[in-house]
Amino acid sequence: FRIPQNNELSPPAGHVNFLLIREIHVANVASTGFCQPPTSAGGQQHESHGDLRSLSSSLFIIILHFLYEIMAVHGPVVKIHPVVLASIVDSYERRNEGATRVIGTLLGTTDKHSVEVTNCFSVPHNESEDEVAVDMEFAKNMYELHKKVSPSEVIIGWYATGYDITEHSVLIHEYYSREAPNPIHLTVDTALQSNKMNIRAYVSSQMGVPGKTVGVMFTPLTVKYVYYDTERIGVELLQRTRASPSRTNGLTTDLAQVASAAGRVQEMLTTVLSYIEDILSGKVMADNSVGRFLMDLVNKVPKITAEDFESMLNSNINDLLMVTYLANLTQAQIALNEKLVVL
Amino acid sequence: MAVLSTDRLIFSLSDNLEIEACTYKYSPESRLKHMGKHKPGINICLRSSDNQWSVVLKIIKHYQEEGQGSEVVQGVLLGLVVEDRLEITNCFPFPQHTEDDVDFDEVQYQMEMMRSLRHVNIDHLHVGWYQSTYYGSFVSRALLDSQFSYQHAIEESVVLIYDPIKTAQGSLCLKAYRLTPKLMEICKEKDFSPEGLKKACIGYEHMFEEVPIVIKNSHLINVLLLDLQEKSTVADKHELLNLSSSNHLEKSLQLLMDRMDDMSQDIGKYNTYCRNLSKQQQQKQQYLQRRQQENAQRQSRGEPPLPEEDISKMFKPPQAPARMDTLLIAGQINNYCQNIKEFTSQNLGKLFMAEALQGHNS
Repeated sequence: FRIPQNNELSPPAGHVNFLLIREIHVANVASTGFCQPPTSAGGQQHESHGDLRSLSSSLFIIILHFLYEIMAVHGPVVKIHPVVLASIVDSYERRNEGATRVIGTLLGTTDKHSVEVTNCFSVPHNESEDEVAVDMEFAKNMYELHKKVSPSEVIIGWYATGYDITEHSVLIHEYYSREAPNPIHLTVDTALQSNKMNIRAYVSSQMGVPGKTVGVMFTPLTVKYVYYDTERIGVELLQRTRASPSRTNGLTTDLAQVASAAGRVQEMLTTVLSYIEDILSGKVMADNSVGRFLMDLVNKVPKITAEDFESMLNSNINDLLMVTYLANLTQAQIALNEKLVVL
Repeated sequence: MAVLSTDRLIFSLSDNLEIEACTYKYSPESRLKHMGKHKPGINICLRSSDNQWSVVLKIIKHYQEEGQGSEVVQGVLLGLVVEDRLEITNCFPFPQHTEDDVDFDEVQYQMEMMRSLRHVNIDHLHVGWYQSTYYGSFVSRALLDSQFSYQHAIEESVVLIYDPIKTAQGSLCLKAYRLTPKLMEICKEKDFSPEGLKKACIGYEHMFEEVPIVIKNSHLINVLLLDLQEKSTVADKHELLNLSSSNHLEKSLQLLMDRMDDMSQDIGKYNTYCRNLSKQQQQKQQYLQRRQQENAQRQSRGEPPLPEEDISKMFKPPQAPARMDTLLIAGQINNYCQNIKEFTSQNLGKLFMAEALQGHNS
């Protein structure tokens, strides 16, 4: 084995190189254990390469998880909209019996430094021990249909539920690299292996010895959640669904909404107050930056003289009352008109 | 004069309707056939509709990306009917009608989508459609026609109205409507004259009935929500407590005034029609009287009476204006007024809160 030079590899950053070199070293060590010298019969050589492959892939996975904990990744940042995650979970819940995971295409837009995932659809596929079949016709069709609605979305990668990256993933990833340049692979851990739903994104890069077995490595990427304003409001509403035991939620009406919003602000104020009390009584160390924020907060309440404020308040209230009166009058008017016509 | 709100109408209607639970076959074609076998007079009472979170988010996203401006975005709702609930589990958007897509086949797009969704085990049964609205102005002829055709084919279908501007102000505004059975009958017969409407005694409040919406989530989604909340770095913005209201009020009132203008024009037209009708009646009476007088004179002189002429041909009755538009305008005005009242009541609350805050300060 020849340790490849840095400029022969394409990965983007220093620590990834480190990973690679470590990998090669480990693989080297492993190979000296398993491998026959290259001059032996061809069949044996293939076997040894296969063992090496599986060993290195399991090593990759371990190191990958370790890397994700460190989370110092370079490469494009992946911004996900919650609608994508909701669809993924939904399609996972509807999977065929016997299928352990679901895969699908990710649609979105790419930027120089980031990839924004805004939509997705699931693709039927069959997976067994030694082979995987993906319905490519279906994927193409769905993409065409989606393009009609939002022509700016392009295929930027694919997703799979489940914790690990298997060899099948490599094959599927290859297929997707034909559709999109540098596709993103997203895994959503619906089996909740670590008591959390881990959502991770990867991009693939070539690794290995050029000329001999070339492998594919998945480098992790930072995942961020991005919302439109209205999306955030939708998500906030749904957070409240979590609280109710039957997991249901109705949509509240006018004054109740204002009351609940005020309640939320009140909660936050009590938290802040208790923090301040703690500081005053010496339980917690005072933090200057937090103090500055608090100063900002208190100063945000505008200082208006009482008479000015009184007049402003009154004029506003008068406006609103007048509009209410007009609205009521209009409603009475049309009701009257209706009755008159029927006469 | 008290005005009934649409929410209370649901309860009064449900007393008269019978509830029937149906089982549906899986493909849309056989489902429609099954619908045809329904005995007339039995209706399915909708108590509430269950939404899934992804539907809500998809609708929001669709508007955000494609619907900037005052165009409406539309799409199809998919789901199932379970006992007395309509469950909406998925949706897909409709592309906008562009100028160069004259030959774009909507039906084909729908069929393709539904066929593909069937492959991935998503409910592919049509249960309705959704539309975005601009300040609450959705009561229009187009909506009525579409909803009628939907409800005619599938009895429990609803139209989900999503108001993005109100949602951006702080709380999700999603409402589900169906046509009342009375309105369905009228649309079926296409009898929009004043007599027809009087017979059905339908008012603008009886056009749409609102169906309450309940959002239901699975446990997995709850886990996802938990994760999102932890990792989310977006700060909470409290738009709901925003004090600036004049912009929104202005626009709403502007739209209301436009509608009132339409309504007054319509009333003017109806008045002229009534006047013409009564004038014509008068003329008819006069003519008949003159005829009778002449005939009496002739009889007294011994001449044969003039033949009875066909009066209806001479005095053609004026065209009765279609009352449907009036009904729609009245419904729309009602909707605007409701929205305005809601908005002002919220703002009054906020103003009093601001006063309390100032009170502490001074």
